[in-house]
Amino acid sequence: MANGNGNGNGNGAIIRMSGIRKVYDTGKIMVEALTGIDLEIEKGQMVAIVGPSGSGKSTLMNLLGCLDTPTSGDYALGGQNVSGVSRDQLAEIRNRRVGFIFQNFNLLPHISALENVEMPMLFGGVPVRERHQRAGELLARVGLGDRLDHKPTELSGGQMQRVAIARALAMNPDIVLADEPTGNLDSTAGSDIMSLFTELWQQGRTMIIITHDPALARRASRVVEIRDGRIVHDQVAAA
Amino acid sequence: MKNDLRVILSLFASSSRLQRKRAYLTIAAIAWGTVAILLLLAFGQGLRLQLDKNRRSTGENIAVMWPAETAKAWKGMPPGRAIRPSMDDIAFLRERMPELKSVFGEITSGRTALAYGRKTVSGRVIGTNVVYGEARKHYPMAGGRFMAPEDEIQRRRVIFLGDELAKDLFGDEPPVGKTLQLNNTPYLVIGVMQKKTQMGMYGGPDANHAIIPITTFRAQFGRDRLNNLAIETWNPEEMKSALRKLNEILGAKYGYDPTDERALQTWDMVKSSKIMKNMLIGIQLFLGIIGALTLLIGGVGVANIMYAVVKERTREIGVKMALGAKRRWIIAPFVLEGLVYTFIGGALGIIIATLLVALTSFVPIEDNKVMAFLGRPTLSIQIGVATSMILGMIGLLAGYFPARRAASIDPASTLRYE
Ligand SMILES: Nc1ncnc2c1ncn2[C@@H]1O[C@H](COP(=O)(O)OP(=O)(O)O)[C@@H](O)[C@H]1O
Ligand SMILES: [Mg+2]
Repeated sequence: MANGNGNGNGNGAIIRMSGIRKVYDTGKIMVEALTGIDLEIEKGQMVAIVGPSGSGKSTLMNLLGCLDTPTSGDYALGGQNVSGVSRDQLAEIRNRRVGFIFQNFNLLPHISALENVEMPMLFGGVPVRERHQRAGELLARVGLGDRLDHKPTELSGGQMQRVAIARALAMNPDIVLADEPTGNLDSTAGSDIMSLFTELWQQGRTMIIITHDPALARRASRVVEIRDGRIVHDQVAAA
Repeated sequence: MKNDLRVILSLFASSSRLQRKRAYLTIAAIAWGTVAILLLLAFGQGLRLQLDKNRRSTGENIAVMWPAETAKAWKGMPPGRAIRPSMDDIAFLRERMPELKSVFGEITSGRTALAYGRKTVSGRVIGTNVVYGEARKHYPMAGGRFMAPEDEIQRRRVIFLGDELAKDLFGDEPPVGKTLQLNNTPYLVIGVMQKKTQMGMYGGPDANHAIIPITTFRAQFGRDRLNNLAIETWNPEEMKSALRKLNEILGAKYGYDPTDERALQTWDMVKSSKIMKNMLIGIQLFLGIIGALTLLIGGVGVANIMYAVVKERTREIGVKMALGAKRRWIIAPFVLEGLVYTFIGGALGIIIATLLVALTSFVPIEDNKVMAFLGRPTLSIQIGVATSMILGMIGLLAGYFPARRAASIDPASTLRYE
């Protein structure tokens, strides 16, 4: 399971979006959340997606993570075209290629930290013993080696987000997607998480982070700004 | 496939710890429904067996005919003529219809004085043939016997008593071997009939009459016209053609239209038992449907709790989907959970119903008129299989529909955070 090696894709872009539109049809009104997104992200980039509330950031993240399908446009993730793919195939793509991190953590409340981290590997068909071992290693790596058997309710916000990060890494995905990962954390816990992201990026991960936080955005190698459903600014930081 | 099973079981194990109280209520509802359907069906089965036994206690594959008047004109003769077979017709029919199991005639004397010691009762006395005993299930109690061929040939004055008649006349004294007076003529009591619950009867209950040889009857009462003529076939299927043939033979002898059903009035027990059988199947079906509906209410309870669980776990389901759970991995644990509730409830219900049915076997049936008629509730393999199948269906459906709702959850909108 190579870390998204581009699959023969000439310039190594792990994400290729072109002409992506997303329209929410709520019955009464139609909301055009994304009005035409063209976006390419290289392997190993750390991209911050910024923009005001309601500009379409979360919608974009859902599409990037294959949680939702665009109304129109083309999207290839790791060289694999994901339009016109079945729900179960999308589930498999999410499982293998995407690690999600949410603002409100979204851990399963009734099972332990270890079991939470094991969950994607259960879906990915990883054998029990390997699952167990890897989940333990990942939790140790995010600094929770002594909290394996704790339920999410027994952990602090920062600790919960660490469990979520360990879970996101479980299947060694092509991209890690985080939507406002520090939004529910105090500033100390928030900066710890940011440092962890930077570390992961330095280890070669492709990180895509949606954030309001200018401090977090500043750590990124590239900042994409969205307004009213389109990209208005795309800046690669000098190396 | 193997991986599917592992994933599903693992998810099931980690999810079914919620909603305890509701789970208990649901299980109780299923158990109650199962008890209801099992008891109703057991009751129906008991009724069926008992009625069948009671019906057979009069006799099987028997048709009884009694003299009447023709309703159709025949070869220039007007309708309304009385047809009265006599004792000779018994031997005549035996000869002409050797395929029959038995032929017997009855000559009856109602309200006849039977006296023993100081006691006199008035009872019905029937003169008949030896084969009557087997055909009409007049089995003797221990120490006695029914009539034997010599009794009939030698015109012996022997008498076989119905159990109630014997009790009226002899009280607690054993009647066999005693001599009673029938219209002031001494008769030796040779046997008393075993008690039986009788469904169909003609003339009166067997328990209240007395049987003497038909030859003795003719000698004592000077009558040889039959009050009843009866035939018995080996199989129920033969009855229809046997009756047709009998009417052709007797029609030719007495001069009536063989298709005239009124010439000899006939009670065909085979035909009436068929009607009763259908009726009982109808009752059984009806009871089963009522039971199934009761069970269905339990099933709705299971579905309801499952819907509540789906609603409660919507976000969890969304998270699992985001992590890569396939549709069947979401559906199966719910179906499994519904099945487990149904299975536990069903097993409980089966245990309770079996215990209850077992308890009814302690109620003595002999001295209980209601039980003697309704019979004992009886569970059978068929009832078990039918109930299990209904339970399984309900369990599957009760889990499936909520699970389908769970699988249709849209992870993107579920996980939206404002
Ligand atoms: N499921 C949905 N149904 C209808 N409208 C939606 C839905 N999701 C998002 N929207 C709308 O789309 C727009 C973009 O939303 P979102 O992507 O959540 O923005 P952001 O994450 O940048 O705050 C908003 O106007 C929002 O109301
Ligand atoms: Mg958002």
